[in-house]
Amino acid sequence: MTVRTIEVDVLARVEGEGALTLVLDGETVVEAKLKLFEPPRLFEALIRGRACTEAPDITARICGICPVAYEMSSCHAIEDALGVTVGGTLRELRRLLYCGEWIESHVLHMVMLHAPDFLGYPDAIALAKDHPERVRGALGLKKAGNAIVAALGGREIHPVNIKVGGFYRAPRRAELDALLPELRAARDEAEQTLDWCATFPFPSFARDYELVSLRHPSEYPMNEGRVVSTKGLDIDARELGEHVTEYQVPYSTALHAGIVGRGAYQCGPLARFVQNADRLTPRAQAAAERVGLDPSCRNPYRMLLARGVETIYALDEAIRIIEAYVPPAEASVPLVMRAGVGRAVTEAPRGILYHRYVLDDAGLVQHAQIMPPTSQNQRGIEDDLLAMGPMLAALPLDQATRRAEHAIRNYDPCISCSTHFLKLRLEHKARP
Amino acid sequence: MAKPKLAVWKFSSCDGCQLSLLDCEDELLAVADAVDIAYFPEATSHVDPGPYDLSLVEGSITTPHDVERIADIRARSTTLVTIGACATTGGIQALRNFGDHPAMMAMVYARPDYLATLATSTAIATHVKVDFELRGCPIDKRQLLEVVSAYLHRRKPNVQRHATCIECKMRGTVCVVVAHGQPCLGPVTHAGCGALCPSFLRGCFGCFGPSDAPRVEPLVDRLIALGASRGEVQRLFSTFNVAAPAFRDGAAHAAADKGDPR
Repeated sequence: MTVRTIEVDVLARVEGEGALTLVLDGETVVEAKLKLFEPPRLFEALIRGRACTEAPDITARICGICPVAYEMSSCHAIEDALGVTVGGTLRELRRLLYCGEWIESHVLHMVMLHAPDFLGYPDAIALAKDHPERVRGALGLKKAGNAIVAALGGREIHPVNIKVGGFYRAPRRAELDALLPELRAARDEAEQTLDWCATFPFPSFARDYELVSLRHPSEYPMNEGRVVSTKGLDIDARELGEHVTEYQVPYSTALHAGIVGRGAYQCGPLARFVQNADRLTPRAQAAAERVGLDPSCRNPYRMLLARGVETIYALDEAIRIIEAYVPPAEASVPLVMRAGVGRAVTEAPRGILYHRYVLDDAGLVQHAQIMPPTSQNQRGIEDDLLAMGPMLAALPLDQATRRAEHAIRNYDPCISCSTHFLKLRLEHKARP
Repeated sequence: MAKPKLAVWKFSSCDGCQLSLLDCEDELLAVADAVDIAYFPEATSHVDPGPYDLSLVEGSITTPHDVERIADIRARSTTLVTIGACATTGGIQALRNFGDHPAMMAMVYARPDYLATLATSTAIATHVKVDFELRGCPIDKRQLLEVVSAYLHRRKPNVQRHATCIECKMRGTVCVVVAHGQPCLGPVTHAGCGALCPSFLRGCFGCFGPSDAPRVEPLVDRLIALGASRGEVQRLFSTFNVAAPAFRDGAAHAAADKGDPR
């Protein structure tokens, strides 16, 4: 067997820059290194000495795709440090905001970034030539999610209306009511999009993952809950940092993460669905059943369908919250600065996002730790590629390369978050 | 006639400004008809080696490799437009320019020696000629469409350089400084967002960077007279455009009195 090397300069359709090296010895992948090249931006260092009330705006700039997630985790963590609870309508508005981000982020990934992998197109523009109604429909769906974020937050990317304690201004009833026709239409479109995705050819592949997500007593989890896993983890979310170790590898600017004593785990839409399917709305449950997605699923390629089910759920939930909305008397709860440690986990579109802050008595940040979902998923993505040896070895090299890239995109990796430019290098090692 | 070639490049940034193009849900397919999307890795695996008619550049220069890459991109681009605060002023990561970079690296990484980084985060124009700078953290997608459209039709983009304060007046928003005594950078911040923050009863925090000929010192004095602490005003000028000279002046003026840093 001769040595064959494939180099793909840019792994596209991911948020950020990185590279992959795979070394194949026959049917065995002997080395899989996902290299995230995103230059470090040092947020955990540059936030030291800042007022804790600045954390939502500053940490939002870690990621333009999921700024709401950063705003939510930082708000909850700092409220934990200050001993403040945000409940009632303000809590519902935060949930509505998260619904908007889940919808726009999930649909962007499903149709614009990931569907081209399944159907063999370079991008959604080319896909639109053959499937114009699906791409136009998805753009409308994404727009509906963005409309929620813009109505509540002022704009789609880095919304300005979110603060520790609540909002700067609570929306008027009419501002939210105006969204309802678009959201109801989007719900039908979301069902059609999911049904279309279910027709894609899914490679048969599964692994015995430890799937980790939040779990809430009554809700599909977004902002609150315990952290639970399919292998028995069940902890107060604030203790996540004590159960996970972060470590640095020489080839990546993103820190890796593992559960103490067990190692790699996966978070994201599949982990949430598997552990919380009973908390979905009847419409979302029916959609999951229709496309054959159930909590026994361990095929990462089918995470696409979990995103589709969650999109339907988020639309149901957004409509529920808006229909019940009565503007609150105050847009935020008052804050009193004090020294303390605050920790929180919320569910970003790509999985659990942990923030921890140490504040001094004036509320200035003394120390910050942020664990984004993609860095938590990094080790597991490599493990997927290691396990794909026989599948990759059976394919011609160009197809093997595409299959490996596709496997990475299952996780909708957001490399801006974890620290972007994914270079794929696939080496076939010569047999002795 | 061949369609003009559009390329989208990323340096140190959050991806939000290039995402603005994908957020043009109503216009994206029309844009894709009008131009040949020759390089845009966030959206397509199709790669055209160039040269390019219009390059949109997001992000700031923070590694030795970045310095080489931007020179190469400039050489292959007829027109180069920077999009957003990172590319135009260095972004929030330019806070490192005013701190102890090795110490900051050590706060985040156990082995800083694994990483090749520069001690500064700098604007694209520090390294190569830039034809137009679009402001904002993030940019406004309507302005982005205007800039792309302008360069396709070989005209000057219609992007106003006045202050956000003017946008507030045009919009009829009650002044948050006058009515609520809130610190607001609207008088010295570049227009473009449509004066969003004051419409949410919040002072402008300067995410579009300095306006044309801003007068920062009288504003700093006024905000302090209204009760803002010097530390608060200094931090207000030290966010997403911290390295823009006028905002440096504002932060320095606020800090001039070495009294209570909070």
